[in-house]
This record gives sequence, C-alpha cells and structure tokens, in this order.
Amino acid sequence: MARVVVEVMLKPEILDPQGQAVLRALPRLGFAGVGEVRQGKRFEVDLDGPADEAALAKVREMAETLLANTVIEEFTVYAAEAVATGQTV
Amino acid sequence: MSARIGVVTFPGTQDDTDALRAVALVGAEPVSLWHRDADLHGVDAVVLPGGFSYGDYLRCGAIARFSPVMESVIAGAREGLPVLGICNGFQILCESHLLPGAMLRNNGLLFINRDLTLRVGSTSTAWTSDYEVGQEIVIPIKNVDGRFTADQRTLDELEAEGRVVVRYAQNPNGSDRDIAGIANAAGNVVGLMPHPEHAIEELTGPYPGPATDGLAFFTSVLKKLVSA
Repeated sequence: MARVVVEVMLKPEILDPQGQAVLRALPRLGFAGVGEVRQGKRFEVDLDGPADEAALAKVREMAETLLANTVIEEFTVYAAEAVATGQTV
Repeated sequence: MSARIGVVTFPGTQDDTDALRAVALVGAEPVSLWHRDADLHGVDAVVLPGGFSYGDYLRCGAIARFSPVMESVIAGAREGLPVLGICNGFQILCESHLLPGAMLRNNGLLFINRDLTLRVGSTSTAWTSDYEVGQEIVIPIKNVDGRFTADQRTLDELEAEGRVVVRYAQNPNGSDRDIAGIANAAGNVVGLMPHPEHAIEELTGPYPGPATDGLAFFTSVLKKLVSA
C-alpha cells in the first residue's frame, strides 16, 4: 500500500478571505513577521498498489475530476515517501 | 396539459419545498426528483434548489454534480432542457460546467441573509422573459459561499454575449463585476445566488416589499413551455 498526497490551493490570483482572517489573528496571538497566509486542502489517498507513475497519473486524474475545481484551484500530486527527500512528482 | 417542472432533492437540500410551491403557484405541475434516480420522469424543466447538498463537503456542489440525477440533467441541459439553479443549485451548475466560473467564500466571511435589489441584465433566457432589461427586483440571498468568480476572458464573454442575467445593485460579497446570476450561451440554463422562490407570496416574501418579484422566473419558463 502506498500513500499519495494531493494538495489543493486557491490559484494565487484568487482572494482567500479565510487565509486573511488567519493572518489577522496571528499578531493578536503574539506571532509577528507573517506577511501572508493562504489556506488550502490536503488529501491523503491510500492506494492498494504501489505509487508508480501509472498510479500517480490516475490520482492526477482524480484531482482534476473531483478533488480540485481547476477554475479556481490548482493542485500538486506526490507520493508520500517522496516528502522525506523533498522530491515532488 | 400544463407543463411539468421537476425539483431535485439532494441530501442536504433545504429549499425544495419552496421551489415546488413556486412551481405550483404559477400553475405548473410540480414534480419531485430524487438525487439517486437518474429518471427525470418526463419533466419539461428542472429546478436545482438551494441548500447544502452532501453537506457542502469538498466544495459546494462538487459531490452533487456526480449524482445519478445530474447525469440526466446535464444531458438534458445540453439538449435544451430549461434548468434553473438557485444558490446551491447555481454552485452545482458551475461544478457541472453547464455554467462557467465558480463560487468562493464571501469576502467578509459572513453568512449573508438579506433582501437585495438586483438589476435584470438579460430577458432572452428561458427563465427571465417576463422581466424587462434594467428592471430592479428585490430577492433575498442567504449564503456564505456566494462570491462569483471567473477569469477575465470569461467575464468579458458573459458581458459581451448578454449572459449576465442579474447583477447586485450593491455588491454584498465581492462577486466579480457585481454578478448575481448568469446563463449559458443557449439561454436554457440559468444560475443565480439569490432565491426567487422565496419572493413569490405577499406573506413570506421580502418585507416591506415588493414581495413577489421572484415569481417571474417561474412564469417565464411556464410561458415558454406552454407555447412550445
């Protein structure tokens, strides 16, 4: 079994009022020096088989079809174990 | 025989009863449609009512868009079936790509529940022929994810083709170009965030009025269906 992560973020040009609300709360809590906060979603997709290229392509299709709305959002897909080495797929 | 107008109920739909009531009030035959039933039961038009289909999980309308009934609604809409999406229904139409753009969280992050003045921008759709271009109507909104957005090219196209159906006189939520509702190119599919089905009777419509400005959405489509 392999885990694939899908991260979905609003496109940079789209206003994110939720991120702004978080940003405005930070100074009150004593967290200084934060320029911007943007809020997104993370999906952990556990596959029955290995996270090979074919499987990743399937997850990308999944993201395109359902997990993200590409009118307003963009997504990245990577195998979970790639995180340790900093690689994204 | 009068026209049959279907109203879809998804898990989490709230305004199906009001929409059915609006349909009956103008003299059409209301037909309840169920999200798991792909059969449209021979209806002549479909209303996707407001609410929180599938709990608004993932994104508003994102799950509903793949329900069995929507496969039939999408196929029908492409063939010219009149479809009206109200609030959550509008979100479902955008997720289905029957209408362009998407809905985002309101700028102020507030759930807004208020009667608003709208300006009618197009009367050449199946659902707005009984209005006049430029007419001001009062219809309530009630949503937190009502900020319409689309890329500049799409917005330009919507305006150039006269597909902006209603605009907010005063923008409540940051919607691009004050857009409250739009139509597809053919004019049979209309989506809007305000709720015409909540502005159909003196007793329950916007107070102090006008209380029944929403009725013309339903009389418009009925007229079209009866004359067809």
